[in-house]
Amino acid sequence: MLIINFIGLLLIVVGLWAMLTQKNIIKIILGFSIIDTGIHLLIISIGFIKGKTAPILDKAVEMEKAVEKVVDPIPSALVLTAIVIGLAITALMLSYAVQLHKMKKSLDINDFEELKW
Amino acid sequence: MVKRFFVFLVLIIFIYQLLPLITNFKPNTELKHIANEYVESGPQKVGASNLVTSVVVTYRGLDTLGEIAVLFIATTGVGFVLKNKKEKKKTLRPASEILQTGTNFLLPLIFLFGIYVFVHGHLTPGGGFQGGVIITSGIVLLMLSNISFKLNHMVLNIVESLSGLSYVIMGILGLVLAAGFLDNGFISLGKFGTLFSAGAIPIIYSIIGFKVGSELTGIVEKMRK
Amino acid sequence: MIQVIIIVLGIIMLLAAILAIYSRNLIAAVISAGVISLFASIIYLLLAAPDVAMTEAAIGSGLTTIIFLFAIKKIKEDKEDSDG
Repeated sequence: MLIINFIGLLLIVVGLWAMLTQKNIIKIILGFSIIDTGIHLLIISIGFIKGKTAPILDKAVEMEKAVEKVVDPIPSALVLTAIVIGLAITALMLSYAVQLHKMKKSLDINDFEELKW
Repeated sequence: MVKRFFVFLVLIIFIYQLLPLITNFKPNTELKHIANEYVESGPQKVGASNLVTSVVVTYRGLDTLGEIAVLFIATTGVGFVLKNKKEKKKTLRPASEILQTGTNFLLPLIFLFGIYVFVHGHLTPGGGFQGGVIITSGIVLLMLSNISFKLNHMVLNIVESLSGLSYVIMGILGLVLAAGFLDNGFISLGKFGTLFSAGAIPIIYSIIGFKVGSELTGIVEKMRK
Repeated sequence: MIQVIIIVLGIIMLLAAILAIYSRNLIAAVISAGVISLFASIIYLLLAAPDVAMTEAAIGSGLTTIIFLFAIKKIKEDKEDSDG
């Protein structure tokens, strides 16, 4: 639907703005998680067809007439994989944040400047 | 000041490039090309009632193999980065009585529900990933309500390694006995809509459920200590 | 009717996102991110995708919040060990 495209796009913009302007490392990782949620909303909203139902065949949706009654099943399969991978990447980023805090005792990203030229 | 101006410029270019998703959006009115093929001939060839399951396990099975590989790499990374050097002795308060009694009552039900979700993955909404996450949240409840709970690391490692190995062995059995890698036709497709239908899909989803559950438990355990 | 529900859920999600960025208390920010995932799961159910709704409710607003809170606890313990 059009309104869900709009919500997804606004969530991506808010998450990108948080990643670019915040100084606390935990807030940057939260922005990354918000971008993930926005992208998944956008993908599922593209596969929706108005007036049709979920892609599971039982007494309500018979096998012969399934083509006219079901929503696209492919975006659901892609987003299922993407949600689990998003969790794995967030866990890895948080372990890096904990280790960085042990080294310099600060969570501000301006304190880590060994790689600046 | 200059930095804020550049951030605004980047965001405005980004919105301008993605704006045709809202202004020129024509929603679909019927299924096209590949989706048509999957929905029409899926139930006969694969035999599962849940069409999303037949896409995830059989038609796009290599994507699921890649996702399991990414989960494994992330778990290895977390285990490698966080090292605990010294054992600290801290005194923790025991949990309150409501939490302990509630956990004793709810924990078998949570495990039973998780196993139900991934065994019936081809008939109802659900599957391996959802069932594995439910089992992990049951173990987290056990960690929070029982202070002296020690997880047996050897059992966790053995379960995770054996699950990964048997997933690849099922794929190779499909290659040798049926049409291709990760095909589910080497066990007979039974009656459509019962528990023992869709060939090897219940077995593959159970293996994925155990693997995801044990890996996420390993990540949470590493973050806790 | 469904359009009105989706507009209300969308406004709550955007307010929670802005609260998650601008709040000083780290724990309040993490719980606001969990609220965003919860309302996104309701929208997935209205878009006829029940598998994705179950996965997003379990992983997005369950495990992600737990992992964030464990990481913040570990950082606070480390800070107390080195100060006191």
